Amino acid sequence: MTRPASKGAWFDPIFEGLCFGAATLLLVALAGVVVSLTIGGWPALSHFGLSFFTSTTWNPVTEVYGAAGPIVGTLVTSALALLIALPVALGVSIFLVEFCPKQLSRPIAVAVELLAGIPSIVYGMWGLFVLAPFFAEHIQLPLMMNAPAGSIWETLFYGVPNGANIFTASLILAIMILPYMAAVFRELFLTVPPQVRESAYGIGCTPLEVITSVVLPYVRGGAIGVVMLGLGRALGETMAVTFIIGNAHGLPKSLFDSGSTLASTIANEFTEATGEMHTAALTALGLVLFVITFGVLAIARLLLLRQRYD
Amino acid sequence: MLSRPALRAIANTTFVTACGVATVLALTALGFILYSLFKQGFGGLDLNIFTKDTPAPGSVGGLRNAIEGSLMMCAMAMAMAVGVGILAGTWLAEYGGAHPYGHVIRFLNDVLLAAPSILVGLFVYELVVRPLHGFSGFAGAVALALLAVPVVTRTTEDILRLQPDALREAGAALGTPRWTTIKEIIWRGAGGGLLTGGLLAFARISGETAPLLFTALSNQFQNLDLTKPMASLPAVIFQYALSAYDDWRRLAWAGALLIALTVLTINILGRVVAARGNHRP
Repeated sequence: MTRPASKGAWFDPIFEGLCFGAATLLLVALAGVVVSLTIGGWPALSHFGLSFFTSTTWNPVTEVYGAAGPIVGTLVTSALALLIALPVALGVSIFLVEFCPKQLSRPIAVAVELLAGIPSIVYGMWGLFVLAPFFAEHIQLPLMMNAPAGSIWETLFYGVPNGANIFTASLILAIMILPYMAAVFRELFLTVPPQVRESAYGIGCTPLEVITSVVLPYVRGGAIGVVMLGLGRALGETMAVTFIIGNAHGLPKSLFDSGSTLASTIANEFTEATGEMHTAALTALGLVLFVITFGVLAIARLLLLRQRYD
Repeated sequence: MLSRPALRAIANTTFVTACGVATVLALTALGFILYSLFKQGFGGLDLNIFTKDTPAPGSVGGLRNAIEGSLMMCAMAMAMAVGVGILAGTWLAEYGGAHPYGHVIRFLNDVLLAAPSILVGLFVYELVVRPLHGFSGFAGAVALALLAVPVVTRTTEDILRLQPDALREAGAALGTPRWTTIKEIIWRGAGGGLLTGGLLAFARISGETAPLLFTALSNQFQNLDLTKPMASLPAVIFQYALSAYDDWRRLAWAGALLIALTVLTINILGRVVAARGNHRP
């Protein structure tokens, strides 16, 4: 006796195929990004060769393009942003998990998570209209005035005192990635089993010792992953930076000098590109940005993956 | 000389204080941003914002065309992204998640999730704008969809994995085809979570600016035709905030407040839906 096939069974392989196709579409999308950036940027890369990465000249009039300025600008602002945001984010998440009263900890955690979702353009506007003028008047000018002549401080603080510079851009980036990093750190710390923590307290550790010798080592891989994710965000962030970095090509000469990043240069110039080579050079910047962020994100995911599916 | 216990106590107190200070500092900075946003944007929020188009400098206007453009592009992007994202997430959770290829897809999805949005804009420029010889609302929607898909895929997979295997076995025991089991039991059980994923994706794309700059461009006038350049709130804010006109800047602040409020509302809604789903028996 044969069993009658259940109604609708014919659709099973088709449904699985559809799901498979949708999943593969993700692969196609990412491959498409790489291929299109490579094809679009190839004319500039082949024309300028290695000097595209080492030259600081970016001149649409003479059609000479070198990406060293934006590349350095991107790396410097992201590194500075991470340097500012990391200790604060760690402090916030440790405070929320370990020390904060329960009634307060939940609302603050939710608020932090919600703030992580605020669009970057809002941060950018705040940077341009509130932070930059305040910074120029109350921090940059006094520092410039009081820097001892000939010292390293004079070089470091040199710049047009309008508040649009590498440092304020890094500050905005730091404020932007802070809630995100704090939220993920908090989730990570919550994965530490209470028994581990309690046994440390049980042998007389202070909270500081519990954190440094039990909690942090327990989540080490994941924590580095979170740092990488924050770095990835900072590297690719466009709008917040474009508003406030000053958009000058070339290498930044001081902390308060205006500069540019890969993303801000693309955002500023792409629609007004003067010719084929200009567009190609901007697309090549995109490719450079992709390679950098892909590397950082890949490391982050590999480290976090272990945490997620263990 | 201090004793060792005293030193430990001091170090600990310093540490706890530092953590508290960091929290206060972070909340103050973020609170200050929200405060200036409300202060600068609230005055500009009036009926004109919703009924008039973007003006020439010096004349009265609003953001109607930008709001319409944003809504149209986001809606179209979500229509594309929800279908693809839920199917892809279903594949990862129900079919191929354990295979090596499944791991590759999951990894690539995580990369896409965090990839710089401006690169998606460049990709869609090469993919849609260049072949069709012009900026269009459709291109903008495709770019936004590409940003929304990874969010939907990730939340779908996570939520489907939470469904107990007993449900799948119960379906199989009745001789139900697998896709019917997924559609009628698994998806239905995960309904709240799927909705949350959609809402989170919508919140993510509604504030995106960078990918729209070279896909949808912007448009000074009202335009409901998806084949032509289309205004969007973020793009108009970007243009107006960098302009030299006070009334344009006022509109930019009002627009920024509008976007921030929308994103906050959707995110809160997503949380409420998710929380309700968790409490269901």
